[in-house]
Amino acid sequence: MTAVAATTETVSLPKVKTDWLPALLVPILAVAALPLVGSFSTWVTLTVAALAMGMMIFLMASGLTLVFGLMDVLNFGHGVFISFGAYVSLMVLGPLAGWVESPNIWLNIGVLLACIVVAMLVTGALGYAFERVVIRPVYGQHLKQILITMGGMIVAEQMIHVIWGASPIPLRLPEGLRGAIVVGEAAMEKYRVIAVVLGLLVFGLMHLLLNRTKIGLLIRAGVENAEMVEALGYRIRRLFVGVFIAGSALAGLGGVLWAFYRQTLTAGMGMEVNVLIFIVIIIGGLGSIGGCFVGALLVALVANYTGFLAPKLALGSSILLMVLILLWRPQGLYPVAKR
Amino acid sequence: MKDAILRLDGVHTHIGQYHILHGIDLVVPRGQLTMLLGRNGAGKTTTLRTIMGLWQASKGHVHFDGRDITKLSTPDIAQAGIAYVPENMGIFADLTVRENMILAARNGEIDPKRLKWIFGLFPALEKFWSLAAGTLSGGQKQMLAIARAIVEPRELLLIDEPTKGLAPAIIMNMIQAFRELKSTGATILLVEQNFMAARLLGDSVAVMDDGRVVHRGAMAELAEDTTLQQKLLGLSMDAHQ
Amino acid sequence: MLPNNPIHSILSGDYPRSKALSVALVIVLVSLAFAPFLFPGSQPLNVAAKICVFVILVASYDLLLGYTGIVSFAHTMFYGIGGYGVAIAMYNFNAGWGALGLGVLAALVLAMLLALLIGLFSLRVRAIFFAMITLAVASAFAILASQLNEITGGEDGRSYRIPEMLRPAFRLFDEPVLGVMINGRILTYYLIFFAALILFLLALRVVNSPFGRVLQAIRENDFRAEALGYRVVVYRSIANCLSAGMATLAGVLMALWLRYTGPDTTLSFAIMIDILLMVVIGGMGTLYGAVLGATIFILAQNYLQVLMGQFSGMLEAAGIPLLPGLFHADRWLLWLGILFVLSVYFFPVGIVGKLRQMKS
Repeated sequence: MTAVAATTETVSLPKVKTDWLPALLVPILAVAALPLVGSFSTWVTLTVAALAMGMMIFLMASGLTLVFGLMDVLNFGHGVFISFGAYVSLMVLGPLAGWVESPNIWLNIGVLLACIVVAMLVTGALGYAFERVVIRPVYGQHLKQILITMGGMIVAEQMIHVIWGASPIPLRLPEGLRGAIVVGEAAMEKYRVIAVVLGLLVFGLMHLLLNRTKIGLLIRAGVENAEMVEALGYRIRRLFVGVFIAGSALAGLGGVLWAFYRQTLTAGMGMEVNVLIFIVIIIGGLGSIGGCFVGALLVALVANYTGFLAPKLALGSSILLMVLILLWRPQGLYPVAKR
Repeated sequence: MKDAILRLDGVHTHIGQYHILHGIDLVVPRGQLTMLLGRNGAGKTTTLRTIMGLWQASKGHVHFDGRDITKLSTPDIAQAGIAYVPENMGIFADLTVRENMILAARNGEIDPKRLKWIFGLFPALEKFWSLAAGTLSGGQKQMLAIARAIVEPRELLLIDEPTKGLAPAIIMNMIQAFRELKSTGATILLVEQNFMAARLLGDSVAVMDDGRVVHRGAMAELAEDTTLQQKLLGLSMDAHQ
Repeated sequence: MLPNNPIHSILSGDYPRSKALSVALVIVLVSLAFAPFLFPGSQPLNVAAKICVFVILVASYDLLLGYTGIVSFAHTMFYGIGGYGVAIAMYNFNAGWGALGLGVLAALVLAMLLALLIGLFSLRVRAIFFAMITLAVASAFAILASQLNEITGGEDGRSYRIPEMLRPAFRLFDEPVLGVMINGRILTYYLIFFAALILFLLALRVVNSPFGRVLQAIRENDFRAEALGYRVVVYRSIANCLSAGMATLAGVLMALWLRYTGPDTTLSFAIMIDILLMVVIGGMGTLYGAVLGATIFILAQNYLQVLMGQFSGMLEAAGIPLLPGLFHADRWLLWLGILFVLSVYFFPVGIVGKLRQMKS
């Protein structure tokens, strides 16, 4: 009798459809911009800058989109972790000032890594506190969530003023990371290349974690249907706290990279990027890591090309991009299947 | 009478401001398949969700295997040995069939012998093993949902309308699979609208109406008594041919 | 009171429902109505005018947040559109009533069109989208306004002349009335006061109309409202447009008062936060909360902030570390933020809610 099911179930393999189109938009956009930009070397410079920016935005946005997907919590105060991550670098750069100016490239990279590690630890801890104090009391209440996290953002931004002062702080890149690599006529800033490499590395790790480990499976399952994950016997709350901490730490990492990229620290920087991050996660599809990655690259490419072609429209261009993409796919590039 | 593995005493459940369950008394005997029947909106799904801890009972008690689980959280209830197949199946569409199954196994590994037995029940799953579950047909998804619940032996299975929306031929497959499952001695609480399926599978039956259990007894008795069916379920004479 | 009582129809049947609240509202109303006579001097009049404008701005925001249950971060954008509508018209044309009318009309049309677009675009997916998208659009608009130098005056903004009757040099009578010379400033103030009063009563009418009741039904349970046959998106979009239109008019009034419009006075995120605070402190979902919230907040901003700075100076003089930084007048926002978070947690009904609870 066990074969009954086979006879009536028509034997046809459902087609595996990997949706490549959104991902293909990235190279298509880059190629399409080439004739508009005109010069090839300028195009290379712009594209590398865009990729670097895209990676950083991705790092900062990934935690937010997962947190939203997993628990339906939209943290308007996510920018807090970006700003804090950036400012915390100062605690490292003070004592290690010698490494910054050292001609030894390894010390230069070392100080950058030290900044990253410290920033991630601090913002991870901050994330834990933020989740407990600010977010936990307002689970499931969207309106209050938005208001409270926004309030938390204001308070944190002001605390940065209190601790580190209100005026912008210049930030010097370590000696060996300044300047550009010139290939042919195209100049690529070293630091941007490093940012791209770091971003790809983290994306790769994250991809492995999400697809090859049980925790990753649980996160992906939880984004889709948290209740069912609980009914299978797993504590989604713990998972969520873990993701929140990791997401905050990633935002801290992004903050460090972003601060060195802009070479200035301002308390409002997190809030400013927050806007871009929202656009990215909406474009990508709320809760989707792959969508977040593609969305970040698209936003960065568009912002850099328009920044070159029509500087005044730079931020407007991101919004236009979002509008176009939502007209095409109202739930974002890679919508997450929800119950 | 065998001992009861699950027992609900006077359970009330509120969802928001709505009072859904008005004092449920229900007994699920060990090793039997108990049917939970009733009209739409009678509170069957809410009963299962309350047992599972997905809604909190506002009054009354749920005992499982001699232990009061009323206030336990959903993961704890699952850990205690209850598997749940919700009405919407709760399939993780982005995950593969394999990944869906692995999540249901407590230590992340599936016993090969048991897997073979499951493949025997639902051959489609073997074929689509490494495909995204979202690409499966409705019937295949339902099979996956049930397979996931039995990937390891559990004390009790709660299954919500497994035949809903399925073609008659696939319903027959499903009934066969449940018979096979019963023969292994599994205890099942099955919510069903399809009276034919209920009659073929049920050992005992509870009928709900308006948030209460209005009838309890052997399935065979109810299957014989058409006037009772008419009274409890509003079935017409030709609806259960 | 009887339903055909004139007060009943003026207030659209929505009474304060608390003695303390009624008294507070009457005090605010009388103080604002006779502000030029009760509190002579330019600073108090400035505060009074600001209160009038913010009552409208906050009430219009409450229409969204309190009555419709959606969070927008684009409210200052509409406020700014109103301000820039006046500024651009007054700056580029002769400072007459015709140009003013044109500017106001253009601003209203633009604001409501934008509101409609944003609403139709983001409200049909999820309410939470709306919050994110309004934030993005508003910040893009702020940047645009500060970059389009030729039109908006960029970061510097625009100063302009307003119709002659409203200028300080204008005298309505040759003799002072009750010891106060009725000049153009005072006329402007009364223009703002009465416009604000009328707009407020109109808002009261809207929320107590059948339309307003549907909005509240949607806020309580949008699925149910949809199931009852109300097109949730349509209702929310209309509310969004009404709210945007009212915010635009508030911006117009402010632009008339200040005779200057710039990014900092209209579009800055700080104002958005002020609005949020006033709504929450006053009480969400009660328009009377907007009156109390705006009044208390602006009084505090104008008088308490100074005290805070003095306190910080005292601490610094006493040589206490860190604390002077916390109480510095520039850290005003820090305390507001904390107050805001605490009020959302522990005081979600606001002052109006508390006063009404006390009664019962």
